[in-house]
Amino acid sequence: MTFQGWAEIALTIGLAVGLAWPLGIYMARVWQGESTWLDPVLRPIESIFYGLSGVDRNKGQGWLTYTFSFLAFSAAAFFILYALLRFQNLLPLNPQGFAGMSPDLAFNTAISFVTNTNWQSYSGESAASYLSQMAGFTVQNFASAAAGIAIAAALARAFAANRGESVGNFWVDLTRITLYVLLPVSIVGGLVLAALGVPQTLSHYIDAHTIEGAKQTIALGPVASQEIIKQFGTNGGGFFNANSAHPFENPTPLTNMIAMVAMNVLGFACVVAFGRVAGARREARALVIAMTVLLAGAASAIYWAETQPTPALVAAHVVTTPNMEGKEVRFGAAASAVFTAMTTGASCGAVNAMHESYTPIGGGMAMFLIQLAEILPGGVGSGLYGMMVMALIAVFVAGLMVGRTPEYLGKKIEAREMKLCMLASLILTASILGFAAVAIVLPLAMKTVSASGVHGLSEVLYAYTSATGNNGSAFAGLTAANPFWDTTMGIAMWLGRFGYAVPVMAIAGGIVAKPKLAPTAGTLPTHGGLFVGLVIGVILILGGLQYFPAQALGPIVEHFQMLQLTAAH
Amino acid sequence: MPSAISASGSQGAILRRAFIDALVKLDPRKLTGNPVILATEVVAVLATISVVDAFVRHASPLFAIQIALWLWATVLFANLAESVAEGRGKAAADSLRAARVTTNAKLINEANGQVTMTPSHKLGKGDLLLVEAGDVIPADGDIVEGVASVNESAITGESAPVIRESGGDRSAVTGGTTVVSDWIKVRVTAGAGDSFLDRMIAMVEGANRRKTPNEIALAVLLAGLTLVFLVAVVTLLGLGKYSGVALDPMVLGALFVCLIPTTIGGLLSAVGIAGMDRLLKVNVLATSGRAVEAAGDVDTLLLDKTGTITFGNRMATEVIAAPGVAEDRALRAALMASLADETPEGRSILELAREKHGLSLETPDGATAVAFSATTRMSGLDVAGTSWRKGAVDAVYKAAGLEPKDVPAEVAAAVDRIARSGGTPLAVSENGKLMGVIHLKDVVKPGVKERFADLRRMGLRTVMITGDNPVTAATIASEAGVDDFLAEATPEDKLRLIREEQAKGRLVAMCGDGSNDAPALAQADVGVAMQTGTQAAREAGNMVDLDSDPTKLIEIVEVGKQMLITRGALTTFSIANDVAKYFAIIPAMFVVALPSLAAINIMHLSNPHSAILSAVIFNALVIIALIPLALRGVRYQAIGAARLLSRNLMIYGLGGVIAPFIGIKIIDVLIHAINLA
Amino acid sequence: MLQHVRPAVVMMALFTLVLGLGYPLAMTGVAGLVFPYQAGGSLVRDASGQVIGSALLAQGFAKPEYLHPRPSAAGNGYDATASGGSNLGPMDQHLIDRVKGDAATLRKDAGGLPIPADAVTTSGSGLDPDVTPENAHMQALRIANARGVSAAQIDSLVDQMTTPAVLGFIGEPRVNVLALNRVLDQRFPVAHPQAH
Repeated sequence: MTFQGWAEIALTIGLAVGLAWPLGIYMARVWQGESTWLDPVLRPIESIFYGLSGVDRNKGQGWLTYTFSFLAFSAAAFFILYALLRFQNLLPLNPQGFAGMSPDLAFNTAISFVTNTNWQSYSGESAASYLSQMAGFTVQNFASAAAGIAIAAALARAFAANRGESVGNFWVDLTRITLYVLLPVSIVGGLVLAALGVPQTLSHYIDAHTIEGAKQTIALGPVASQEIIKQFGTNGGGFFNANSAHPFENPTPLTNMIAMVAMNVLGFACVVAFGRVAGARREARALVIAMTVLLAGAASAIYWAETQPTPALVAAHVVTTPNMEGKEVRFGAAASAVFTAMTTGASCGAVNAMHESYTPIGGGMAMFLIQLAEILPGGVGSGLYGMMVMALIAVFVAGLMVGRTPEYLGKKIEAREMKLCMLASLILTASILGFAAVAIVLPLAMKTVSASGVHGLSEVLYAYTSATGNNGSAFAGLTAANPFWDTTMGIAMWLGRFGYAVPVMAIAGGIVAKPKLAPTAGTLPTHGGLFVGLVIGVILILGGLQYFPAQALGPIVEHFQMLQLTAAH
Repeated sequence: MPSAISASGSQGAILRRAFIDALVKLDPRKLTGNPVILATEVVAVLATISVVDAFVRHASPLFAIQIALWLWATVLFANLAESVAEGRGKAAADSLRAARVTTNAKLINEANGQVTMTPSHKLGKGDLLLVEAGDVIPADGDIVEGVASVNESAITGESAPVIRESGGDRSAVTGGTTVVSDWIKVRVTAGAGDSFLDRMIAMVEGANRRKTPNEIALAVLLAGLTLVFLVAVVTLLGLGKYSGVALDPMVLGALFVCLIPTTIGGLLSAVGIAGMDRLLKVNVLATSGRAVEAAGDVDTLLLDKTGTITFGNRMATEVIAAPGVAEDRALRAALMASLADETPEGRSILELAREKHGLSLETPDGATAVAFSATTRMSGLDVAGTSWRKGAVDAVYKAAGLEPKDVPAEVAAAVDRIARSGGTPLAVSENGKLMGVIHLKDVVKPGVKERFADLRRMGLRTVMITGDNPVTAATIASEAGVDDFLAEATPEDKLRLIREEQAKGRLVAMCGDGSNDAPALAQADVGVAMQTGTQAAREAGNMVDLDSDPTKLIEIVEVGKQMLITRGALTTFSIANDVAKYFAIIPAMFVVALPSLAAINIMHLSNPHSAILSAVIFNALVIIALIPLALRGVRYQAIGAARLLSRNLMIYGLGGVIAPFIGIKIIDVLIHAINLA
Repeated sequence: MLQHVRPAVVMMALFTLVLGLGYPLAMTGVAGLVFPYQAGGSLVRDASGQVIGSALLAQGFAKPEYLHPRPSAAGNGYDATASGGSNLGPMDQHLIDRVKGDAATLRKDAGGLPIPADAVTTSGSGLDPDVTPENAHMQALRIANARGVSAAQIDSLVDQMTTPAVLGFIGEPRVNVLALNRVLDQRFPVAHPQAH
């Protein structure tokens, strides 16, 4: 650990949080349909979208209609992407002549992108055509992100309302978020990435003749345009197999910094925008602080872990730190650690180093951050609503302790909210632990697990954690490209997205109809340091309690085993 | 305060009955409302089966037997908590039931006026009864004719008889109370089985105890946590199998029970019942737990000025001498003018003279009292040629022959000052000469201001309701420290105010007694009717104060808050406990197959069996240990939400994390010492 | 549900058109015009215009006169169509054996210098174009011997070609292997060039 390393971690997190403020303020305007400086260009396009799809932009939707729209859009996206992948061999822009994907792989990949997971069972440079990358993956990177943010917007309106009914219009939210937020930041960011070395070309792969006389085929493609939205939209699906570790996706420390800030800034901005729309700026600030504290703590823990001696280096009598297996020289331990914390704290899943090769604490921490439901700051939109679930549970338990029916942002938290919060949490837990417990005893499943012993358990647990959390990062030793894994992981991703988003929408539906209560001196304060501490405590204790036994059998025991092994050499 | 409903039943008898009830409640059908304890019982059954299994296999059953026993104990302790809470109510109900004896009612045939004797349980709504001195009133009703003094001690515990009369706000009588003198005719308002007494018995017995909204929400949270932990524990079967850990189902069951929130699960209903019980202790009867809970949420208290904020009677606070009149002469004149005055105002002048000036006089022999009359608007005393008068200022001026312009400026100024401060000036004369002015004012009860400040810190707004003019009302309001007031209030104004407050998202509490209060009582979220009030008022409110003390509203709010705080505190404690239990059980479960995990046995528990057993025992004992807290309630302080939260988080959150580490370690040392594991 | 089908399908079609084709194609056009070198993959050509690799991607170097990149787990090594890491866990025996073997080989030519971690570990992409300055210095003796120059000359070249961290703390100091090797060939040509 070095001072420079700590400075880089601090700067990265600081930039992500700092830039979220102006972006959040802007996003709030977009959510509320207010005018922006992009109107002259985008208004006409927006109108074309509504006109062609027959959407009345002024018509609000109740929570059920909103949810149905969200589901219908996701379904349409799934089918279109599935078809695109299955038949990419018959479609244009396929210079390498890749075959169509198998049904289970296409199923897994389509769900993966529609649910904002972007788990890659395929290897980008050897299985996906340029058309699949552009018209398939890039589009979903926008669409799934915008859909997630739309739900956050609906939730914000629900909290703002006083005995209301409408939570907004999904189609309008989807269109506006895409056109006014995601597209502009992607154009600017994508061009910056291209300038810094990220390829953006439709050229076929190039054969190079290396200095030592070997042939090296260089995979290329329209990388920059997809790379940037992959980060901003917390999608994380790489153009290449190695994802953000690949020098074409992430060639320099600066692109790395851009990537890290991009994958967290909209997550934080959603909270800021929520605060503005729901009339709860101080409360939103408290949530941002809670997220930031936990994120910084996690990044520090990973940084510490990755600078500890590892058995292989100790055994080989070389310099024993940092743990460079699976890491790039240009990033080193600090930039890899903070990247890992931010990608798993969000639902991004991009990786600039291989989590499988991390130390047990480093990899276990990454897994734990996903298990906390990815709320630090979480996926775009999804992080906010995941945090809301946590905040509601915290408010409920603690709120009683001030002697009133708990209320949050002026809305009473009652049985309906608790039911839905627990349902959402339970779905995540059941999917992660349930699938992992079944897969790990099935020989069929365990055939493709590369590691043996304790690390094998971590691999399996990480896989379902990542799928359910819609993260998409992996302990990549596990080869998930077979029918069992493709299917179960597909279901896990589906559960993680819709099994969470639909209860959240139902919460929004309940909240919107409630009267907005005026705060009094007897109301639980939800903006101060005390509340920040409370939320952090609830997140850690609830998350810890659910996953501690499983983690104990995986990363925790592995950590102690590693200490023994290191000491033995 | 004597009370029929809280004073009965010895502690021992209650406990004995509670033990029996706790055993009866082991019936799983009775546990369906409590998923946490039901789940515990299921595990206890499975543990018992595996004990039998161990015997069959000739394995050593000592560990299994102990686990099974402690799991059963956990369920039993939870049941006991509820039974003890209910026990107090049951004892109270028994004494109430004693009042509900079948009597013979004198039913009046309205066609011919004849009286027939009819058993009280055959009475119906609308029947007309005659009740005479010595009779027990056979049913609830309104007096339509007559005045009587009634002993209501069967219900209120207060043995001094009260006056009940037809018309007005004192017309309601309650079945089971006794007419002490005179006679009344009563129109029955509630048939047998539906009377006030019946409802009271049902309430204190908990027969109608439906779960309150917060209780339901909390139960949902607890059930959700139970399911989450079920998943966490059951999936260990698969994960453990991969790791080569041989998982004893008994141990998994123990882990599950330790993780699910048994503490709050076991105490939840006891907390609710105890909350109602605490209300009963202060002689308030709530028609539902929901109302008690709503009391904790109240944002605005509507308080009647008279009786709640002020003593209700104007009292003399000073005597201002007219120019040229000595101070003590003026006072003496005021005193003499009031000697024969039996009104509270008059008494207060004597009081003032005695307390402030040490002046006390007997009525001289041969004195003639001059009563107040509408024409003179003065009263006083004539003794041996000297006459003292006090009365309305202009009446005394007139009697003294003073034109308004001739009134001494000092006197006019004093009169003006008194009037503007909301007080009432009375002038005093001696032999027709103006001696001075008495200042009568509405005196705010001592301590009221501090109480309102407390309420404000808890976020409650107080609104004073009064029939006074705005000037007077404003004075009293600022003196009492209420946040707002409603002057010259009519019942319609009250109702409108409540609706306005509710529209702003506030919950409103009020108390009232008159029939014209009924709509407002019904509209308020918490409406406390006075037991002395009309039947309509008692029906409309969701609480009845048997002492008919309007200040009770404040205590009701506190009880409501205390109930919610207790639930939250126990939930926090329960969940926080899990941290330590993990550190006890997880290493114990896995350490044989994965020796490295010994590193997380940070409590250094003696051995795996002892560790698991200690956690289970702690888990069971903590319920017993917390029963008194659940019944008594967490101490409530009016220190504002933020400080209250941080205090409770410290005690129950942080304490909840730390306490089990200590407790489990101690139990482990004991178990090890006596070789149980 | 049917009322949602039209907007769902039309919106998806519009998204595909605008974001799937319009956006990336426009970006490709602009990037190709403004940053043709970067957009094309930072390709490095020899004097004849033949592509010899990408400045951003590692390629295999095994000869003693060249700076060796980090071990690669991409395909069969440095396969730019099969990027990826070893994905071996920290306690994996394969990893321990591999690192031990690589360390033993490196130690022979290291002249007693400590072997840095990056020299015996595979990168995440398998295409890491850089090594740490310590790694380059560790190899200096071998390169110098093969090229018949002094180790100090190589060390000084390494120092010259070390890219520092941005502002001293963003990223890590590093040496681009391909770039250094090209300069090596220019400045210190190998005395007895081997036939291809």
